[in-house]
Amino acid sequence: MNLAITITKKEIKSYFSSPSAYIVLVIFLLLSGWFFASPLFINNQANLRTLFGIIPLLYLFFVPAITMGLISREKNNGTMELLATLPIKNSQIIMGKFWASVILIGVGLLLTLIHFITIMVLGTNVDFGAIFCGYIGLLFLGAVYSSIGIFASSITSNQIVSLIISFFIIFFFFVIKFFLFFVPDFMVGIFQFISIDYHFSNIARGVIDTRNIIYFVSLILLFLKLAQISLENRNWK
Amino acid sequence: MIRLQNLTKDYGSLRAVDQISFEINEGEILGFLGPNGAGKTTTLKMITCYLSPTSGDIEVEDMNIHEEQIEIKKLIGYLPEHNPLYIDMTVYEYLRFIADIRDITNFKARMKEVIEQCGLNGVVNKPINTLSKGYKQRVGFAQAILHDPKILILDEPTSGLDPNQIVEIRELIKKLGKEKTLIISSHILQEVQAVCSRIIIINKGKIVADGSTEELQSAFNNKTKLILELDIPENEIVEISNGITDITILSISPLNKTTFKIEIEFDSDNDKRKEIFNLIKSKEWTLLEMCRENVSLEAVFRNLTIEGGKR
Repeated sequence: MNLAITITKKEIKSYFSSPSAYIVLVIFLLLSGWFFASPLFINNQANLRTLFGIIPLLYLFFVPAITMGLISREKNNGTMELLATLPIKNSQIIMGKFWASVILIGVGLLLTLIHFITIMVLGTNVDFGAIFCGYIGLLFLGAVYSSIGIFASSITSNQIVSLIISFFIIFFFFVIKFFLFFVPDFMVGIFQFISIDYHFSNIARGVIDTRNIIYFVSLILLFLKLAQISLENRNWK
Repeated sequence: MIRLQNLTKDYGSLRAVDQISFEINEGEILGFLGPNGAGKTTTLKMITCYLSPTSGDIEVEDMNIHEEQIEIKKLIGYLPEHNPLYIDMTVYEYLRFIADIRDITNFKARMKEVIEQCGLNGVVNKPINTLSKGYKQRVGFAQAILHDPKILILDEPTSGLDPNQIVEIRELIKKLGKEKTLIISSHILQEVQAVCSRIIIINKGKIVADGSTEELQSAFNNKTKLILELDIPENEIVEISNGITDITILSISPLNKTTFKIEIEFDSDNDKRKEIFNLIKSKEWTLLEMCRENVSLEAVFRNLTIEGGKR
């Protein structure tokens, strides 16, 4: 069996054997449900656009909260020494933890499908394509944030520090779109490309473009690689 | 089997391990001894590929730690100093996780064996954080021996346990030592004396002694100490040193008016006990007690490490 999967299984078990995962999921669902349901009848449209608008914002808190302990807790408890002396590669440890957090995010998204059922019942002419793409986009977005969270978790043994670092890195990618007005014309393109929301909204509109996918995948690989390097650097203090 | 060559580890400006070289052969039980902070744990962490050396080399079965870490890790079972465990798992879940990573195929059979060996029968399905320290240590042991490793490295395996638990763990170590190459670090001498065939004493990152228990005792202690309790008139005590050559009187302490406790030292290869007894008989003093103090490894250890500290 692939060792990364062993790590994933362990992390998933540990998520659901403590109340923390349930608390985070419940808050995530409550908030997303509230923001989805309250303007639903005012907009009078059978789509999930409000949901897709609010979830990236909720991710800002939700994802750092689920990734903060993934590596920093192992460091703090000393179990990192155990893992590091078992015949498993650092890349497998990182990948295993990454998949665990993506799966937890997936579970969160799966639970929001209740809203999808709501609009299927209430509305007509539901654009399944757009909704499907929206969920794909949200999953990618969550995966990018997870990789950032895992990187933040790998550089410290303190969960709170990890939370704050990942929050700010994610925040950077999130708010950069608001600065588009202030930058000179020739830089707008660059800023727009860095902005995570630009890529997400493309997908959420129902267009899955390879450029956006490449952007997401390369960000994920970048931060996972950084996390791996930071684990390896432990040796070279 | 394990070869260390000029192994050095710096933590910033602090040199924790300084140019250590030694070799461990198959089947040896090596006691790695030293005061706290001597560099024992750091050395072990380098052998287990947790820390990389600043300079120098380690080879395990002719595999270099820089090149074949994964293969080396497969050979080694390691119980780290503070015995880190996933405390929210049950014993079974924990061992299952280790077995999955170690890729142990006949898990069920092996698990049964290890649980038997480590005396974990009653607690298999309990969460680790509800176990006592002694049981946690056994779980750590079970983790280390689960894949039946050729090399077993135990970093202070009995620290923090109560005397009964220490005895149990020592029995376990002895059992395991019959079939494996073992490295045990400790700052407790009796422990090392009880189980190890070879001892390396390390101080301030350097090896100060290397040999079997007996070798170390004889190499570093050629004096025998004798303790006498004598009924003797005070003014006649001098006659002991006058009557016998080549002895030193270390101390004289009065126990009451006529009884004195006298400590005498002489070269081990020149036994003076007979002469002393004959003198006592001829002077008609009353001998209440005469005992030889075995120079323990403790004295060797203290000499070596305190001297080393002054250097």
